[in-house]
Amino acid sequence: MEQPNLNYIQELSEGDKDFEAKLISVLKKELPLEFEEFQKNYKEKNFIKTAENVHKLKHKISILGLTKGYEEAALFENDLKDYQDTKRYESFVLVIKSMMDFLRPR
Amino acid sequence: MNCIIIDDDSAARLIVSRLCSKHPQLNVAEEFSNAIEAIKYLNANEVDVIFLDIHMPTFSGFDFIQTLKNPPKIILTTSDRNFALEAFEYPSVVDYLVKPIEQERFEKAIQKLERFTVKSDASSSSDSSDETKELYVNVDRRLVKINFSEITVIEAKGDYIRIKTDDKSHIVHSTLKKIEDKLPSDIFLKVHRSYIINLSKIIDIEDNSVLIKQDIIPVSRSNRSELMKRLNLL
Repeated sequence: MEQPNLNYIQELSEGDKDFEAKLISVLKKELPLEFEEFQKNYKEKNFIKTAENVHKLKHKISILGLTKGYEEAALFENDLKDYQDTKRYESFVLVIKSMMDFLRPR
Repeated sequence: MNCIIIDDDSAARLIVSRLCSKHPQLNVAEEFSNAIEAIKYLNANEVDVIFLDIHMPTFSGFDFIQTLKNPPKIILTTSDRNFALEAFEYPSVVDYLVKPIEQERFEKAIQKLERFTVKSDASSSSDSSDETKELYVNVDRRLVKINFSEITVIEAKGDYIRIKTDDKSHIVHSTLKKIEDKLPSDIFLKVHRSYIINLSKIIDIEDNSVLIKQDIIPVSRSNRSELMKRLNLL
């Protein structure tokens, strides 16, 4: 499975550790909250709101360099919005959990 | 240039602000997590540029643009690849950046912004003309006009470039870098160190190549993700 990385953040930071720490801290803080909201909306079968949550999480997926995860999330967002189709739910959750695991020790 | 950033995602605001900090001509005056707060700010302050997220809850970027009587230059930032056509219906929209925004792509947007600003300053008292739609190239001591919309592929050939159009091919003494700077970045993309393509001319895409007319154009690994980002994928 594709693993999160800091390539994009480091490219932006050009060695500025303060910026890296700031951005990582935003991700660490917001990711669990956004994921929680996603789970809540998903359980309530509010798929339009769930798609919005996926949309927002999608950007964080790309920040952590998960190219395939990003493409999958884009498909999941459209599936939810257009067809209330949830078949990509589990793989999406795995991607988000891998990001939270990756961020936890940082 | 005074600018503001509007995005409901704080990571996105932080990134745009970081990218702006590398351009001394840009001064980030304020950041907003929603469009309503930004409208209040704009009622009392003048700004030159807005970095605007399209997809925001309750009040989208497009809703926001429609509320502005004299909108400043706007650079849209979005995770949606599907709004590009709609975006350019708004004359104030200078560029359309797909997240995650790469530094190189951001720089092109700023160059475009500067060209746009110079142009609108020069024609501020008359009708503002549309963006340049053509390019003149020197072929056998003649300046030949080539419409951007007719260009299919540009190929580097040592000290020369080959510009292929729908029905012609021109060899011009120039570099890929020089012509890339002249082309609208929303239509053209460098997919390989030796090739720039017109995205609207793609017939199909395989793993490492695109088909344009009868030409199979290689796509380098480092450019593939930008290419995929720019496509309106179903």
